[in-house]
Amino acid sequence: MDQLIILGFPLFLLLLTYFIGRHLESNHYKSIREREAATKDMVAINFPRFPFDVEIERAGMVMGSVVVSHDHFKRFLAQLRIIVGGRIKSYEPLLDRARREAVLRMKEQALARGHNTVVNIRLETSRLANSRRGGKGTAGVEMLAYGTALTVREGL
Amino acid sequence: MLCSNTEDIPGQQIVEFYGVVTGSTVRAKHIGRDIAAGLKNFVGGELKGYTELLQEAREEALHRMMEQARSVGANAVINVRFGTSSVAQGAAELFAYGTAVKVE
Repeated sequence: MDQLIILGFPLFLLLLTYFIGRHLESNHYKSIREREAATKDMVAINFPRFPFDVEIERAGMVMGSVVVSHDHFKRFLAQLRIIVGGRIKSYEPLLDRARREAVLRMKEQALARGHNTVVNIRLETSRLANSRRGGKGTAGVEMLAYGTALTVREGL
Repeated sequence: MLCSNTEDIPGQQIVEFYGVVTGSTVRAKHIGRDIAAGLKNFVGGELKGYTELLQEAREEALHRMMEQARSVGANAVINVRFGTSSVAQGAAELFAYGTAVKVE
């Protein structure tokens, strides 16, 4: 019985985090898709300036950032994957989610300030080290998106 | 105070340059947030405590940069860049720098 508990608990934890993590991820993707659809009219480019001659009323800097982490189950999968190498599929959605979320937050900030375009977008990724395991583990990944928001006069 | 990460303030003319201005802050995460984030780490997703921490720190760095620009008589900062460096375990420096200018 004791052995069953010792063996069963990590397995239970893996299964539990698999289901919770999957649920949270699909919820997040749903919200990302909805908000991307809502802000699709806003032009966001990584050009230093607006490509056409337009009249610019106002400019200001905007940014959006998010710190995300992956679940226990995916971390376990990745650890297995690192032994044999190759593509770590379980990490990809995490970074994708973070990047899209950061860009969305930046766009939302620009919209809230009354701008309608963002130019010169830059994306930055940084890893947050885990302070408990001597800085070895990863506590999360920070994604930062920033750019210059413009208010371009309508009707062009 | 205007800010942009492009080489000018779109729609305005630069009339004077004042040189580089910087602003930075060193932050450490506190234990409460660490525990909450540690739990959240199990199921994945956004670690809100850390997001807020970094946002606050970055705002502070920007604010200090703008203060410096104001003190030299500028009214805008162009070509703003961000940087991060970890100073010690659990502590990080966030800095922002740019060129202080006067625009019209």
